[in-house]
Amino acid sequence: MAFQAYGGEGWLLTKLEQLINWGRKRSPWPLPYGTACCGIEMMAALASGYDLARFGAERPSFSPRQADVLIQAGTITKKMVPIFKRIYDQMAEPKWVISMGACACSGGVFRTYSTLQGIDLVVPVDVYVPGCPPRPEGLIYALIKIMEKIEKDHPLRKKAAEIGIGG
Amino acid sequence: MGLKEDVQNTLGELALDFLECQGDLSVTVPKDKIVEVLTKLRDNLGFNFLSDVFGVDNSVFYEKLAKAKAKKKKGEEDKEEEPQGPPPPRFEVVYLLLSLETNKRLAVKIQVPEDDLVVDSVTCLWKAADWPERETFDMFGIRFKGHHNLKRLLMWDEFPAHPLRKDYPLEGQGEERILEYND
Ligand code: SF4
Repeated sequence: MAFQAYGGEGWLLTKLEQLINWGRKRSPWPLPYGTACCGIEMMAALASGYDLARFGAERPSFSPRQADVLIQAGTITKKMVPIFKRIYDQMAEPKWVISMGACACSGGVFRTYSTLQGIDLVVPVDVYVPGCPPRPEGLIYALIKIMEKIEKDHPLRKKAAEIGIGG
Repeated sequence: MGLKEDVQNTLGELALDFLECQGDLSVTVPKDKIVEVLTKLRDNLGFNFLSDVFGVDNSVFYEKLAKAKAKKKKGEEDKEEEPQGPPPPRFEVVYLLLSLETNKRLAVKIQVPEDDLVVDSVTCLWKAADWPERETFDMFGIRFKGHHNLKRLLMWDEFPAHPLRKDYPLEGQGEERILEYND
């Protein structure tokens, strides 16, 4: 994106898609979904020490309808699956999912009757963060990966394909 | 006077068996007298706090015990056969009591056979028994008579099994919770 602001009024030359991506990339509002010990690490990442807000995750949104990135930090039990799925469904498009920790990625140490063996069984996952628990740096890295992914996105082309014009 | 004597004197005939391990006392009592026993312990001995109620499935433990016994017998043939009683009941329900005045603890056990899984609820004595009893029902299928709301506590309502029974596989039998909701 070429952005030049000379004195006076200035001008901006870009593609609409890039502008949209730029906006999305710089404000991925997270929906913190901490269900177990990984949640503590996520809180650390959100708090002042690591400060996820530096990357635009400024406002942890506790309403799924106003969130962009679902951070699943912790175990999902089978009892909770429908609720988790519902929260994902309530998020408005576009949306991304970070699966944080061994539990969310694969069930982790809980290979039992009560634990979902990986959240990718119910929702699509964009970035997996390994670790038990991952360090806050891991979560920050995942968020940056999401940003890279957003950057490569073609929102208008996708929309056009959806309504069946152009390509 | 020790705690054991106190309990013995209070319960009399109702105390079937004592076990003392690492300074912790447990007493086995008849299953259908549990409310009576706990009332006595609460009112006479000051055990006014119920810390927990839980179930135990002893089936694997008894199997291993029997195997070990059989092995021993093979080694020393000449020993006399021990009389074979009926197999011990499969389940146990344990009540952990604490006296807030004397800071003493006592475990009260009842044995629950597999074909009669009904135990009297003690929610009439302690409200604290509500959730532990529900959990015991959830995990072992032991029903508590007189409980006002005996639903599953941890697993979802439609869950078809009792997962802490020893014959239930750790990884489950493929149960999934399916919940329909209207869009
Ligand atoms: S991955 Fe480890 S730290 Fe994270 S929720 Fe599971 S058990 Fe807890």
